[in-house]
Amino acid sequence: MALAPAGPPSNLELPLDVAGLAAMARQNRLDAARMFMVAGNGHFGSCFSCAEIVTVLYFAAMRVDPLRPDWPDRDRFILGKGHAAPALYSGLIRRGFIPEGWIDEYEARVGARLMTHPSRRYQPGVDASQGALGHGLSIGVGMALDARLAGRDCVTYVLMGDGETNEGSVWEAAASAAKFRLGNLVGIVDCNGLSVDGRLAEVMPMEPFADKWRAFGWNVIRLDGHDLPALVEALQPPRRDDGPPTVVLADTVKGKGVSFMEDVRAWHADAITAEQYARVVAELGASP
Amino acid sequence: MQTSPPSSNLDVTLAHLRRRARNIREYAIRMGAVQGQGYVGQALGIADVLAVAYCYALRLRPDDPGWAERDRFLLSAGHYAIALYAALIEAGVLPKDEFETYGADDSRLPMSGMAHYTPGMEITGGSLGHGLPIAIGRCLGLRRKQSPAFVYNLMSDGELDEGATWEAALSASHFGLGKLIVIVDVNNQQADGPSTKMLGFEPLVEKWQAFGWLAWRCDGNDLGALVQAFDAARMSAEPKPRVIICDTRMGCGVPFLEAREKTHFIRVEPEEWALALEALGEASA
Amino acid sequence: MSPLRTSAMIASIAPEGARTVAAPFGHALVALAAGRPEIVGMTADLARYTDLHIFAEAHPDRFYQMGMAEQLLFGAAAGLAREGFVPFATTYGVFASRRAYDFIYMAIAEERLDVKIACALPGLTTGYGPSHQATDDLAIFRSVPGLVVIDPCDALEIEQATAAIAAHRGPVYMRLLRGKVPLVLDRYDYRFELGRAAELRPGNDVLFVSTGLLTMRALEAAERLEADGIGAAVLHVSTIKPLDTQTILDAVGASGRLVVVAENHSVIGGLGEAVAAALLSQGVRCDFRHIGLPDAFLDAGALPTLHDRYGISTDAIVARVKSWL
Repeated sequence: MALAPAGPPSNLELPLDVAGLAAMARQNRLDAARMFMVAGNGHFGSCFSCAEIVTVLYFAAMRVDPLRPDWPDRDRFILGKGHAAPALYSGLIRRGFIPEGWIDEYEARVGARLMTHPSRRYQPGVDASQGALGHGLSIGVGMALDARLAGRDCVTYVLMGDGETNEGSVWEAAASAAKFRLGNLVGIVDCNGLSVDGRLAEVMPMEPFADKWRAFGWNVIRLDGHDLPALVEALQPPRRDDGPPTVVLADTVKGKGVSFMEDVRAWHADAITAEQYARVVAELGASP
Repeated sequence: MQTSPPSSNLDVTLAHLRRRARNIREYAIRMGAVQGQGYVGQALGIADVLAVAYCYALRLRPDDPGWAERDRFLLSAGHYAIALYAALIEAGVLPKDEFETYGADDSRLPMSGMAHYTPGMEITGGSLGHGLPIAIGRCLGLRRKQSPAFVYNLMSDGELDEGATWEAALSASHFGLGKLIVIVDVNNQQADGPSTKMLGFEPLVEKWQAFGWLAWRCDGNDLGALVQAFDAARMSAEPKPRVIICDTRMGCGVPFLEAREKTHFIRVEPEEWALALEALGEASA
Repeated sequence: MSPLRTSAMIASIAPEGARTVAAPFGHALVALAAGRPEIVGMTADLARYTDLHIFAEAHPDRFYQMGMAEQLLFGAAAGLAREGFVPFATTYGVFASRRAYDFIYMAIAEERLDVKIACALPGLTTGYGPSHQATDDLAIFRSVPGLVVIDPCDALEIEQATAAIAAHRGPVYMRLLRGKVPLVLDRYDYRFELGRAAELRPGNDVLFVSTGLLTMRALEAAERLEADGIGAAVLHVSTIKPLDTQTILDAVGASGRLVVVAENHSVIGGLGEAVAAALLSQGVRCDFRHIGLPDAFLDAGALPTLHDRYGISTDAIVARVKSWL
């Protein structure tokens, strides 16, 4: 579909430094919260835990051009954990792919351009529609293979949830990425430790997580998913495509940034009142 | 037939198992000859594992294949049915002359394992990758009944490509299923070519260990090594599931078939069945 | 005018002010389990959204959390059933019918195992988009030999059907509504019977042959039509397989009524095509119309809007019926 892209803000100088990334991550949470307020509910926990990750991708690591969302040599990003779409939307808005005004449309009506899960049909800059979980890494394998076949020097990033890695399809993709030596594929797992039914350690634990990925042939980096310098370093892979793929296991706090949401299972997805929204905004440090 | 404890007279045990394995190979070849085709390469390769399972390790009552306290043996690799039938015949679960009905209409021995057709066939195979998830449920159920029975699951290396295998592997470890023993037949052959060219599943021991399993690896055509591995897998007191990774050679026991170019569905000419039986006779001296 | 909010993981399909019952499936299962120690509950990280968490709290030692792994869930359910247990395994309809179909077909149905598959988010009861809208589950599961397929209407029927499927020997797929579920059938002298269609109200001009959520809508539509002098009967068919063809044939019969099949499912492969095939193969002719979801990937959005758009809201049903008369 032909949509005039918004274009990057004129004062945006990339890559952002750590202070700039921190401010942008805060903006990411504020944008997501605003979308939840518009809709009346949302996946707070899942969006807030990956705000730094998405910010570092769009403002430090990825080579993309908001004026050319279909630029063939662009780096790709797949949000495997599709229910964290507002975090992605904020990244796309602040990077200049889509206009800020779309925030007020979030889930507002049938045919709105921003819905609960990302959609390639409606949103320039989205590389894959998602929603079902467990699909993202397989699609990423395909994109990385395509890049190699076409001789393109680009990286495919896939952000998954830790609960999502319970799904067998993730391990099918993991095995194939190693077999195909997709050095241009980077998986990121947002390890916030909580899934729908509770603590992942009780639902279906993944530890020892790094050992599993290594045994499947991946390079593993484990870090604090809210540590911006560590994320910046980890998400800049060598741009060569023949080598083991890389996975970044990011330990995060679900609901990070808002005290009454941090590490609380119930904020996987819930409704929000005006009072709660005011508290969210106040804690994130900006006026609504 | 009672469980055999670790043998104090290993030589006697091994001689006994050698004969059993040879007989299993013979039945498999005879069944292949009946139909003129069959997954005979795999059957010859897995015969030693099945001999150790059915004639040494498993607690069974041949006259009562549904005995509640039996060890369960799930054939996840349903196309290995020809081998399992041979083992069931050798173990006395099926009558000796039943092999003649292999693959025929209304037979109890279809080419792909079907649970309700054959006494002693625990699951319906064919689709591959189903055995381990089902085995998880079997173990959970047996635990509820406080049964001491083991659950064995025989899988082919190709089934390691299936995501459901790893979902089940995670779960087996999480539930501490110490009565679960998986046998992986690593013969390095899948429908489209060598397994290492498919998804490439090595390093296997590390994978299973990372998923929380106790893992052993051995030569799957060395009866002594198999006995040791089965003993270790059964005896360990750790609350962890167990896997024995068996490197086998397709066609093992019949030199001209073992030497044949490796294919998933081995080609045997009509006149070669008799030659295969002869070769077997010689090899067991 | 304030925009309609999407109701993403819809907590209740009930219109405002309607009578509801909380978690009828969860509570029914807990009651059943008391008398039947072989009943166990299993899920793939969706206990909370299928009302199975109620069972998990009441019987923690009989609850199995399998993690987000649907193929494993149904394979393990088969294994437990083979060891003499009766597993109730829950997830969303989309994940059972799509991700885990092979395991349900081969491990459970082919071996005729006593597994009860109970799935939330039937048809169009979520605004989350096609990844969560089970618009094709009835078509998929109708094709499985020996599998009983049920689409219950309301809280009363869910409660009764849960008991009935527990008593039935063999595999079952049942759609579920969760959370605050509307209560409607208590006013119609109705008792669920597996495999039986039941006439809920008589009428001379129109015969609704409906299932699940759309029986609720058909009943509402019938009242509105009656006020306009149009007599509408409602034949509720909650068991899709085995289909009670005799009752349907008798009801359609020679009555000359407009027959409207209504289902919360694609027009492909569900109740409509089943009824049409049954009628035609018995040489029964009638003026036949079909209300169902289109053969398309449905939009995401607010449910009231979507139900209007796709013609399954009560308003839309009334308008369509009038246009056909």
